[in-house]
Amino acid sequence: MNKQAGETLSVVVERELPYPPEKIWRALTQPHLIAEWLMKNDFAPVVGHQFSLRMDPQPNWNGVIDCQVLVVEPNKTLSYTWGALGLESAVTFTLTPTHTGTHLRMEQTGFRPDQPQNYQGAKYGWQKFFANLEQVLARTE
Amino acid sequence: MPNTHDVLFRTLADPTRRAIFERLCHEGEQTVAALTARAGVSQPAVSKHLGVLRKAGLVRDRHEGRQTHYSAQLGALAPLIDWTSQMTGFWQRKFDALEDLLKRMDQ
Repeated sequence: MNKQAGETLSVVVERELPYPPEKIWRALTQPHLIAEWLMKNDFAPVVGHQFSLRMDPQPNWNGVIDCQVLVVEPNKTLSYTWGALGLESAVTFTLTPTHTGTHLRMEQTGFRPDQPQNYQGAKYGWQKFFANLEQVLARTE
Repeated sequence: MPNTHDVLFRTLADPTRRAIFERLCHEGEQTVAALTARAGVSQPAVSKHLGVLRKAGLVRDRHEGRQTHYSAQLGALAPLIDWTSQMTGFWQRKFDALEDLLKRMDQ
């Protein structure tokens, strides 16, 4: 129970991939490749670079996730902020070479709501955000 | 439901308040005095944070003599757990798409 309370504020997804870190790094850092598996974007692997991840606009949301690059360690670690609907978090990808390829770990952590008066989530709501996300994913797949 | 999320996120956004809540999660029920000893802020400030946590349903108070004991209510985190499970699902699907892409890159 102790650990659980802390972990509710972060999301971890891990996967073993039969490819070298260099190849996965390309998929994580080249805009045209990011667009193929994540979202349309204007990413650049430069610390401090501000960029957007874009989905199709939704009735109450422009579909834009505001990001800023925090960490770039080629073939090892990529981290950027992830801000949408007044909620701020950070996404960190960690690549570890294995005998058969690469262990890829994604951790999304830390949530900071903006001031209440600017908090779009208040009128929109996260449930709806995810419901829309599901719809978008269903359409694109 | 969105209001529940707002309240929880806003309540836990304050680092001092979050630290108090985490301490209650990790170490179980405690008095204001015990929490103040390690919070790095004054007792009135700790009491104020506890009041906000209580309003959000994140802590419960129990009076015993002149002492008030506070304990964490993990059930109140359910909407956040819900949020994180949905985000986990989102990334699982994105990683599926990433695997597909990596296969294509091989060819």
